[in-house]
Amino acid sequence: MLSQSDNAVKLNSINRRVFILSAAKIIIFGGIISRLFFLQVKENKRYLTLSDKNRIREWKLPPVRGDFKDFFGNTIAGNFESYQLHIVPEQVENFRYVINRVKDILELSDKKYQKIIKKKNEIKPWETLVVADNLSWEKFSRINNHLYDLNGVKPIISISRNYPYKENFTHILGYVSQANENDILLNENIKNKFVPGLKIGKTGLEKSFEDDLIGDNSIERYEVNAYGRRISQLAFKNGEKGKTVKLTIDTEIQQLANQLLKDKAGSICVMDIFTGQVVAMHSSPSFDPNAFVFGISQDEWQLIRNNPMKPLLNKTLSGNYSPGSTIKPIVALSALENGIVSPGFTVKCDGKREMYGQTYHCWKKEGHGFMNLKDAMKQSCDSYFYEVARRLGVDRLSDTAKKFGLGKKVFGDLFENEKNGLIPSTSWKKNALGKNWLLGETIITGIGQGYIQTTPIQLCLMTAQIANGGYKIYPKIILDNDDGLIKKDKFTPLYKNSKNIKIVQEAMFSSTNEVRGTSYKSRIEDPKYQFAGKTGTVQVKRITKKDRELDLKTFEIPYEDRDHALYIAFGPYKNPSYAISILVEHGGSGGSVAAPLAKKLFKKIIDRHEVRKNFENKRYLDI
Amino acid sequence: MFTLNRLSNNNNFYQKLKELDFILLACILLLGFISLTTMYSTDGGEVLFHTRSHFTKFFIFTSLMLLISFLNIRFWFSIGYVTYIIVIAMLIWTVNFGVTASGSQRWIDLYFINIQPSELMKIFIILCLAKYFHRRKIENVNSFYSVIISLIIIFLPMSLVVIQPDLGTALLISISGIMVLWFAGLNQKYFFYSFLISVLSLPFIISFLKPYQKLRILTFLNPDRDPLGAGYQIIQSKIAVGSGGIFGKGFLKGTQSYLEFLPEKHTDFIFTLFSEEFGFIGSVFLLLIYSIIIYRIIYIGFISRSYFAKLFCYSFGASIFVYIVINMSMVLGMLPIVGSPLPIMSYGGSSMLATMIGFGIVMSAKIHSQQSIA
Repeated sequence: MLSQSDNAVKLNSINRRVFILSAAKIIIFGGIISRLFFLQVKENKRYLTLSDKNRIREWKLPPVRGDFKDFFGNTIAGNFESYQLHIVPEQVENFRYVINRVKDILELSDKKYQKIIKKKNEIKPWETLVVADNLSWEKFSRINNHLYDLNGVKPIISISRNYPYKENFTHILGYVSQANENDILLNENIKNKFVPGLKIGKTGLEKSFEDDLIGDNSIERYEVNAYGRRISQLAFKNGEKGKTVKLTIDTEIQQLANQLLKDKAGSICVMDIFTGQVVAMHSSPSFDPNAFVFGISQDEWQLIRNNPMKPLLNKTLSGNYSPGSTIKPIVALSALENGIVSPGFTVKCDGKREMYGQTYHCWKKEGHGFMNLKDAMKQSCDSYFYEVARRLGVDRLSDTAKKFGLGKKVFGDLFENEKNGLIPSTSWKKNALGKNWLLGETIITGIGQGYIQTTPIQLCLMTAQIANGGYKIYPKIILDNDDGLIKKDKFTPLYKNSKNIKIVQEAMFSSTNEVRGTSYKSRIEDPKYQFAGKTGTVQVKRITKKDRELDLKTFEIPYEDRDHALYIAFGPYKNPSYAISILVEHGGSGGSVAAPLAKKLFKKIIDRHEVRKNFENKRYLDI
Repeated sequence: MFTLNRLSNNNNFYQKLKELDFILLACILLLGFISLTTMYSTDGGEVLFHTRSHFTKFFIFTSLMLLISFLNIRFWFSIGYVTYIIVIAMLIWTVNFGVTASGSQRWIDLYFINIQPSELMKIFIILCLAKYFHRRKIENVNSFYSVIISLIIIFLPMSLVVIQPDLGTALLISISGIMVLWFAGLNQKYFFYSFLISVLSLPFIISFLKPYQKLRILTFLNPDRDPLGAGYQIIQSKIAVGSGGIFGKGFLKGTQSYLEFLPEKHTDFIFTLFSEEFGFIGSVFLLLIYSIIIYRIIYIGFISRSYFAKLFCYSFGASIFVYIVINMSMVLGMLPIVGSPLPIMSYGGSSMLATMIGFGIVMSAKIHSQQSIA
């Protein structure tokens, strides 16, 4: 039994302590409320952002690449819908089973299957695994029919690059392929727009115009849960397609160039001599760029790479060749301009010429006899030009050649694979090789052999500038591109005396249209198509005495040792508008191999000329 | 005579019904309603397992609470020791034959229901100690003998729970016990010294902790050290609460919850979800309800005649307060993560059962406030 007083003391104590604790409780609850206030009122914005960051995720879709169009607006590089099959490994319950089912349905080879498995192990489980990137409609629909059994497999219609003209434009446009690490590192734009499987330009204009062509990503915004599963789509921002790039190329002429060079190694370019527009530019052999869009197989790649005709090389821009006799118009012009020779200057050709203790052979063993400038050009007499070169000297020749566009990139930085060529001079040799120029080297430079090297596009530009009366032009392959970029020295005369240009033009005319001209057989008599040209036959190998005695036919010589055949021309002669250059690697003589191609080419070019002009006028009228 | 007795008993019932604390009852029912709507929200706006189960439990345990309130407070006094011993026996049983879930052995399988004796201990330790100190004379409270006995009463269940292992509940049990000691009038210097000792020995205690427990403390000190691992829960919880703002994101619109960023949202983190959906206003309202409940419990203690009832009410009120504070501080990132449910709100039968028994005894104390216990 507890006493009353004891109870009272107890109660006294307990009440005091209740009071102390209650005060503590109020303070602590106040603390919690202030914490809530801090989180929910003061820091609310910050946490709201974090919460949105949690729940909202954006997906970038591949941008749609801009098109390439030819002069007439035909699409030469566009896009098509490709049927693809994607798997996100994370979303598949039994990956082995699913991938085996897919293998059966698509009839994948074991090699391809191993490759997919390897790739699956490399990527993160939530990343997309592209099982097939370009399925036929038949296989695509077969997959769709089996979807009930293939959890997590996604048939996708994707947009991919398409080159409808296949190998015709490869060397101009280049090709696209999957972006690799290096591409991403080097180009900020690609880095920003990168999505797995993004295709980017690897060579050619596809690469040069990457930033214009690439386009913007479409962006999908989804609400996702903690596991990254998409719950609902919140927004979709449609990305803009890349810009369209218009070229000056006429597809019909380009295709003809491709046909003419079929089974040959070589190059054809056609240029408008006033505007500098490149109407056709082809290097043969070419290859189908569509093969690269989805990754080329190792076998196909080796086939292209090891082809002795070098399909990967753009011969028009990166092929450095000795110009051979096609340099003669420049040699003649330079000599006339510098007053070294007059049109009446005559040299007797004996088939060979002894100078400085060396024998220099003319291509015609029995000799041409007495030659003046026009005859020497017409028959491409080497002896004459040895003598002219000797009198002219290499430095003056080099000046004229450079003025007419040789030894310098024609398109500037447009094509990263374009080569400079080489126009030698005494100072060049001193700087580059550290040796003094030898007179004998001047002599062979006069017939376009020795150090001198030019690209087919440079020869074409040279011809164009002779054809237009000796005025400077800037070749271009991109249409509507010269606003604000009009070069000041466009159409400035490159000659001292316009008569000299005329003389060279006439000499070239005689070479094609007069009896005994080197390309006489390829002439067109109809003045509408009549053209003037100059052949060139370039030795690949020094001709030995033995060779000279054997005098083998082209087909009897091993392929690699055969001469390169060259031809430059402009037409129509009466009212020139186009210049061409043709190169057939290891083709034989310029007159027999290259010039006949020009005949077919000029027919087409002149026929198309009217169409081109009408189209252009109509375009301006439409505006 | 018999009939008269029956009659007076009947009268007695109505009298008792009148004496029922309706404010406390209303608050508990309101809290139940809030917890059910929140549970409905955790189920994604559908009546699924958790909501249904929570409702059933709430219904049964509220009925049980009302039943308890009509039992005489003397009855609870008389079974104070027995229930303690029974729960100790259950804890021993748990240690040997308990059901293991997520790494700790906490439950007894009763075939139709799994029960967590450690939760029940939270309430019965108060009952036991209240009875013990009721019987002690004030001059004996601070005697060596009674201090030792009361410490044994606290340490026995605590150690049985620690080895489960369930550090959070063990802590809450000991706090409940210490609350009784405080109200019983144990010398304040004991509290002061033991607090000092525990602070000083903290480094040693930490060295005895299991790695995951150490990790929790480290994570509490700096949640960003492993935001996707150990710090994930607390970071996501703070984001949820913080993004709620003043008025909340709205009922069923808590993105953190329905997109499954919140872990343990039915149990320990239920307040996070509530706070995300109802904001600062809702959270303060919830705190207000809890405050009223605690106030009523203290008030009932105040008006009770018996020392036992007073001691029980005050201690129980203080314990409820501690549970709330520990739970909320934890989800708001003010304390390391220890498993401690929010009374009534959190999903979990044993916790609710214990809390409801406590409320029942408090109600009984109200009804029988004029009853003195010898």
